[in-house]
Amino acid sequence: MAVEILKEKYRGQVREVVLGAAKDKGGTRSHTVKIGGETTLPFLHFEGNIPNRPVVAMEVWDIVPEGWPESLKSNFEDVYDDPAAWAKKCVEEYGADLIAVRFMSADPDGQDASPDDCIPTLKKVLEAVGVPLIIYGCGKSEKDNLLIGPLGEAGAGENLLLGVAEQDNFKPVASAAMANGHTVIAQSPIDINIAKQLNVLISELSTPLLDRIVIDPTVAALGYGIEYSYSIMERARFGALQGDRMLAMPFIANIGGEVWSKREAFVPHEEEATWGEQPERSMMWEATTAMALLQAGADLLVMRHPRAVELTKQNIDELMKDNSY
Amino acid sequence: MIIIGERINGMFRDIAKAIREKDPAPVQEWARKQEEMGAGYLDINVGPAVSDRVDAMRWLVEVTQEASKLPLCLDSTDYDAIEAGLEVCKRPAMINSVPAIQEKMDRVFTLAGKYDAEVIGLAMSEEGIPKDSDSRIALAMELVANCDAYGVPVQNLYIDPLVLPCNVGQDHGPEVFETLRQVKLMADPPPKTTVGLSNISQGTKNRELINRTFAVMAMACGLDSAIADACDEELIAAVATARIILNMDIYCDGYVDVFKNQNK
Repeated sequence: MAVEILKEKYRGQVREVVLGAAKDKGGTRSHTVKIGGETTLPFLHFEGNIPNRPVVAMEVWDIVPEGWPESLKSNFEDVYDDPAAWAKKCVEEYGADLIAVRFMSADPDGQDASPDDCIPTLKKVLEAVGVPLIIYGCGKSEKDNLLIGPLGEAGAGENLLLGVAEQDNFKPVASAAMANGHTVIAQSPIDINIAKQLNVLISELSTPLLDRIVIDPTVAALGYGIEYSYSIMERARFGALQGDRMLAMPFIANIGGEVWSKREAFVPHEEEATWGEQPERSMMWEATTAMALLQAGADLLVMRHPRAVELTKQNIDELMKDNSY
Repeated sequence: MIIIGERINGMFRDIAKAIREKDPAPVQEWARKQEEMGAGYLDINVGPAVSDRVDAMRWLVEVTQEASKLPLCLDSTDYDAIEAGLEVCKRPAMINSVPAIQEKMDRVFTLAGKYDAEVIGLAMSEEGIPKDSDSRIALAMELVANCDAYGVPVQNLYIDPLVLPCNVGQDHGPEVFETLRQVKLMADPPPKTTVGLSNISQGTKNRELINRTFAVMAMACGLDSAIADACDEELIAAVATARIILNMDIYCDGYVDVFKNQNK
């Protein structure tokens, strides 16, 4: 007897978001990257369309990173002091689909670099690679609010993905995106209601921005509450597929920063004998976190270790194979 | 709950005049306004005073479609007028309505199959509106059986248990709620449900309060849609809130505005 495959029919669709702009749209990227557009849950090709494969961005800092373990650091040793060369290496050697530049030099407790200090770095990275860019500040919102406007202006027309808009601080990023044709990362603290409300607030500022939002639901690393991230992402995606326009945006998952700040990434073998060797274990921690979040619906992963990126991209290849019947 | 906007109806003087004078402006203004307020369908009723219902229905459908993309709910007891409307509808419409009377069901479900239309089925027969839920449910079952026999998907059938004014038929209220609950157990997938909301408050002094109280109570019993005043802001806010409490929409602080702006 033939088995009847049950298929769910959804009336909604995740919005398709374009990252980067090539010459025809006023940018200088060699190509653009599309994410989102799903009409079903992750990788259920038999049920709906997954028109765009998930992509991986690699992180580049504008200062030599402090506190990265040697096993991670050694992959970039020759390019650390040159963000443009670092970005180029990530794209050409390690296959990064996008580059996420973190302007850590702006940290007021560190170098306290000014927007004018940061702009040349942005321009150099734009010249060095053709892939679309993600732009993050130093993570301290008071300073980042001053930084994002000038950086957005310096990259006008490039359709940068600008981080991060938050519920009580969304205007600087949203305004920079509106003014210069960029896209917004809307970040919420593992809270679906805030994720939705933030999109409502951004759309009240500018309705067309609704098609230029990527949701950062705040992901946790494996072992640090990843199941909460998973639940939030799954519920938001169900909402999107059932027609909730205010949650129908693709997801960005900030994996590298979460994983590489956790004990499992650092602690040497001698201290935790049952955990396995630190270099392999930490890399696998990042790859496994990424693979779990792909299943939750992540469309854009921000990662650090080249081997973890490679494994994740292999996993994406497998998951994107047609399973319709 | 999907709101079927009730305002394009020849019972209203401005619409009656528009039909008489073939002036599309008032019709199109109401079409746009109801769409903006979040209506999911637009009810189209030529009203009692028209001489040529077929012609009036065709005209109303055509001018409404010029102003709004919403699907239409063709509201008439004259099935020739409904068919004339269906012929010019650009997207699948809803037929409003058919009672559980065999020759009427034969005509309407045939039309529904031909035009891929949804159907509102009234839980009443030649003998009128039943008093209790059991008799309403028996009639609903007849509608479901006929719908299925004509090959129309049961989820395209909207059962209307029929609401009476609460100052006249107070004892009907609980029977309507029970019918709504039972209809959802009739088939898998079950039929949908609808009511003419303003009926509940006919002749009362607190019409809007009664309408929205009834609406949220009925939603909790499985009401999917209602022919209602899409411009009643308090009603829309109550419906949006009920959808949150029933876990049909994901909460956010601006949920009322999100619901109101769903067509924008």
